[in-house]
Amino acid sequence: MSTRTARPLFDPPIVKRAVLDSLRKLNPRHQLRNPVMFTVFLGSVLTLLLFLQALGRIGGESPWFILAISAWLWFTVLFANFAEAMAEGRGKAQADALRKSRQDVIARRLANNKLYEMVSSKDLSLGDIVVVKAGELIPLDGEVIEGVATVDESAITGESAPVIRESGGDRSAVTGGTKVLSDFLIIRCTAKPGESFLDRMISMVEGAKRQKTPNEIALDILLAAMTIVFLLACATLVSFSHYSVIAAGRGTPITLTVVVALLVCLIPTTIGGLLSAIGIAGMDRMIQANVIATSGRAVEAAGDVDVLLLDKTGTITLGNRQAVEFTPATGVTIERLADAAQLSSLADETPEGRSIVVLAKQKYGLRGRDVEGLGGHFISFSARTRMSGVDLEGRKIRKGAVDAMENYVKESGHEFPRSLREQVDQISKAGGTPLVVADNGQALGVIYLKDIVKGGIRERFAELRRMGIKTVMITGDNPLTAASIAAEAGVDDFLAEATPEAKLNMIREYQAGGRLVAMTGDGTNDSPALAQADVAVAMNSGTQAAKEAGNMVDLDSNPTKLIEIVEIGKQLLMTRGALTTFSIANDVSKYFAIIPVAFASTYPELGRLNLMGLSSGILSAVIFNALIIVVLIPLALRGVKYRAVGAATLLRNNLVIYGLGGLLVPFVGIKVIDLILVGLHLA
Amino acid sequence: MNTYAAIEIAVFFVILLALVKPLGLYMARVYQGTPCGLNQVLLPVERLIYRLSGVRPDSEMTWQRYAVAMLLFNLFGLLAVYGIQRAQGLLPLNPQHLGAVSPDLALNTAVSFASNTNWQAYSGESTLSYLSQMLGLTVQNFLSAATGMAVLVAFIRGLTRQKVAEIGNFWVDVTRSTLYILLPLSFVLAIALVSQGVVQSFGPAIDVTTVTASTDAEGKPIQTQQIPQGPAASQIAIKQLGTNGGGFFGVNSAHPLENPTPLSNFLQVLAILLVPAALCYTFGDLVGDTRQGWTLLASMLLVFVPLLALGLWAESVGNPRLADLGVDANASLLQSGGNLEGKEVRFGVGASVLWSAATTAASNGSVNAMHDSFTPLGGLVPMLLMQLGEVIFGGVGSGLYGLLIFAIVAVFIAGLMVGRTPEYLGKKIEAFEMKMAALVILIPPTIVLAGTALAVSFDAGRAAVTNPGPHGFSQILYALSSAGNNNGSAFAGLGVNNVFYNSLLAIAMFGSRFWLIIPVLAIAGSLARKKQVPISAGTLPTHTPLFVVLLAGIVVLVGALTFVPALALGPIAEHMQLLSNSAP
Repeated sequence: MSTRTARPLFDPPIVKRAVLDSLRKLNPRHQLRNPVMFTVFLGSVLTLLLFLQALGRIGGESPWFILAISAWLWFTVLFANFAEAMAEGRGKAQADALRKSRQDVIARRLANNKLYEMVSSKDLSLGDIVVVKAGELIPLDGEVIEGVATVDESAITGESAPVIRESGGDRSAVTGGTKVLSDFLIIRCTAKPGESFLDRMISMVEGAKRQKTPNEIALDILLAAMTIVFLLACATLVSFSHYSVIAAGRGTPITLTVVVALLVCLIPTTIGGLLSAIGIAGMDRMIQANVIATSGRAVEAAGDVDVLLLDKTGTITLGNRQAVEFTPATGVTIERLADAAQLSSLADETPEGRSIVVLAKQKYGLRGRDVEGLGGHFISFSARTRMSGVDLEGRKIRKGAVDAMENYVKESGHEFPRSLREQVDQISKAGGTPLVVADNGQALGVIYLKDIVKGGIRERFAELRRMGIKTVMITGDNPLTAASIAAEAGVDDFLAEATPEAKLNMIREYQAGGRLVAMTGDGTNDSPALAQADVAVAMNSGTQAAKEAGNMVDLDSNPTKLIEIVEIGKQLLMTRGALTTFSIANDVSKYFAIIPVAFASTYPELGRLNLMGLSSGILSAVIFNALIIVVLIPLALRGVKYRAVGAATLLRNNLVIYGLGGLLVPFVGIKVIDLILVGLHLA
Repeated sequence: MNTYAAIEIAVFFVILLALVKPLGLYMARVYQGTPCGLNQVLLPVERLIYRLSGVRPDSEMTWQRYAVAMLLFNLFGLLAVYGIQRAQGLLPLNPQHLGAVSPDLALNTAVSFASNTNWQAYSGESTLSYLSQMLGLTVQNFLSAATGMAVLVAFIRGLTRQKVAEIGNFWVDVTRSTLYILLPLSFVLAIALVSQGVVQSFGPAIDVTTVTASTDAEGKPIQTQQIPQGPAASQIAIKQLGTNGGGFFGVNSAHPLENPTPLSNFLQVLAILLVPAALCYTFGDLVGDTRQGWTLLASMLLVFVPLLALGLWAESVGNPRLADLGVDANASLLQSGGNLEGKEVRFGVGASVLWSAATTAASNGSVNAMHDSFTPLGGLVPMLLMQLGEVIFGGVGSGLYGLLIFAIVAVFIAGLMVGRTPEYLGKKIEAFEMKMAALVILIPPTIVLAGTALAVSFDAGRAAVTNPGPHGFSQILYALSSAGNNNGSAFAGLGVNNVFYNSLLAIAMFGSRFWLIIPVLAIAGSLARKKQVPISAGTLPTHTPLFVVLLAGIVVLVGALTFVPALALGPIAEHMQLLSNSAP
């Protein structure tokens, strides 16, 4: 799975499979799903019949011309099939890898009498309880009800480091197909066989259950309408041409082959042929980013998001606070405070503790010492005492939360200095966490622990603002702390002392104002908010409930991923819009290629419109129309690049590239193809 | 084109644009029900109308009820006009003692005036009594125009309202459009036209002895001439202001008693574009952002001005083949030059081409020159302006709601390009809106192309053609383009007063009017139910020069691409023949 980000666009095995698939997709039932390409398909069949008919006839249109047109119409259909197959192929390759981990395993099902029976994982049902021992695969999605174990989830996440799964809390969900590495787990099955996360993931990456998204449906309607209008324009042209022959008294009416060629060139085949590939590729890009979306609709909605709710910890700030300053109480030297702080933290393995040691070394040159070697005894942090420290050479050094330490100091018969109180308040106001240090009951000073805003996150938020997306920080901190971190990180708004209800209400409020809200979450208490949000990304490390409530799962469990998800959603829509524009703009040049030739026998004067000086305009236009699909496959699969500039700039850039480009490129392309045809003596 | 014509056209645009804001603001107030200046006089009248007709002005309608009211109202009008024509021989105000109109012509005319098309397969002075003209046609001129404006206002409500099902009251919208807007404007214009010599009388036609004797087609001497009379000025005012276009006399505004002077001509051509242009401002005001309205107007001008320029150029150059015959068609001190065939000398090339473009851009259709006699490209301009779907100015109300549908399509494509679900004025454009918009855009070209195909395939259709070659095809295509887009302009030259064309064109006119209004109202209803998405940096701005270009581009690409092959066999082939010197 770790190879999925590295897979090249045209991977030979995928291309091979796509070529075969594109032939398989010639099935009319498949073609019928796409009105634009179905029209081309009918045109190819019709021209093929016209060719057969022309073979047995003398005079009239050259059968080889008809065959050439027919062949290129078939290619047009095949190229569109190929684009779709390519997009699907990438997903299929991944699905194959996933399938390998979805083997049937023999599970130990716990029966009522505390004995277990061996059953195939296929025969398990919802609510069954199974025991999985070290080295075994977990048979189905479930929730750990007993035990702690390390689990290898690389089959799902691609992350090779094992994770811990235990009963209770937010790490109780396990996924079928992952492997228990140590200990054992007792698991209650929360999915039926065939409906597990892995199954859903497989069908998702394969695109098997792909349904058209709302925007895709709307675009389909527009494309179908344009197809109908051009169908009408071409169909009526036959009678117009007949009349013109009578009125002008010369020439022959336009042939059916030319009408079909004109029709196929005019209907939006470029976007029609690439439309489903774009959709599948969008899902695929999500998977490349290690995000599994439950539907294409969710991917599309990501592009529309106006508000991002981001958890402070882990998303905006590094998970851990860091010591940034020592402030001694009056009458205490800073060196003494630093020394005590360092001693109390040397054996403290928490990130905060380590950061104190680092600060003491960097600022005061205190080197690390071996506390155990000095005969010290480390007192670790407990929820009851809310302090930690060390007993060393008769000294009792402690550090901890302010109120706990205040009590400790007073109980030891010392005063809690007023100056320290002020320091503590100042740190709190600035959004930091104060830790008081005491030596044998005497308060020495305070350590300033600071939330460290992630590097580059401020720029990311500025980028989001340019995209028109509002960022809201969610935190359990008090409003003062929250405000200061919010200001530092550059978010637009924050929700302090957030409860699950407050989160839910906030989402509802934004939605009532017409905004689309995205959020990430992992805990069970996030589930209501996740269910309410329009784009809800659950962390893979989170609980089953959270995963069920969200419409995407981030396998990397990286909350910053939301930003990437929004970009992928936008890219998806942009690619559709850009290719639609390109497709429509193409029509202008095709008229100049086809019209002068189509009525040449009736009105040779129309030859003046042959601006490109083509010798076989119709064939060249048809070939261009087919080849442009192939040329644009990489664009369809990769997506139009999204840059976080405002909508106005984005529109201007894309209009110039795909609108103006779409107008001009075919003039050049058709001329080049015509020159090649002439060079090969085919024209 | 000479300097005077250039100055006239420049002055025309300056005055037109200067009137957009005051009139637009006035209409916005009318529809909002806020004081507009004429309340003291007209409010009692408005209330009286509601009292007499039993309308409860504050009871609002869903889009379905609105559509039903609109359809019933227009069906009633259609039947009334049909009845009056059929019974005119028995009715008063008929000094020429004209008999009943034939059923197919009466139906064609009734549909024509109910659908704001005003296609005329008859000559007013020899077919219709004064009563038919006044009670039938003039009344429909007001009401069909008011219907278009009502639907526009309902559509705007759909854009501005949130989470409601109602889009206004049809009866109130029609009453206000007529009473506060169309009637006062028509009154002023009618007086101005009378001052220029447009007739307004109930007297019978006057027989006069001609000053110089002449002969008719069969060589018989003509000594007397009948000068038609009638209540013309009152009908002509609304014919122009309501983008109706149906002339009182057969040759429409080319007739000296319908359009006697250059000044009356100027006022009439101004009246053609006045309300459609000003409604853009009304739109902007009602949606709370006048830039949105100016954007739409700018898009219209971006299509209109180049096409007008093309027409002016083609007509000023004239027919190159005439020069081969030694005819001097250049402008000089002695003549205004250009192609003057079919044009009134008192208007000349400039004012005639300006009119031809204005009357076809707006779905007016009145003429002051015979488009059949224009050069191929000069004739292509009015034909193309109609084929664009009558959204470049278009009919009063109907032009703007048509353009708004194109705006929805433009926003859809462009919105995707900025990576969001498309939205227009904060309303999300989704599958239902696209479905309805697709209908609105599909129906007119379907009617035009299928109708033309029918006409060229049947003997009855071909027999009406009076010119050989591509020009004959242009005649048919023009007639269908006109009826299929509710314009009513005639190319002249095509013999259309027969059962075949009367029926075909009646169907075309009916379909392209009412089959479009229903999906338009459906979109209004759907939009009214939606929430308004707040504007952010990620929102596609729809008030920028870029959007002007985009919208105009979509109108041209989607609207015109369909007709390129057909045009190639008509005016384009004819033009190429002129250039190639090889006409048969």
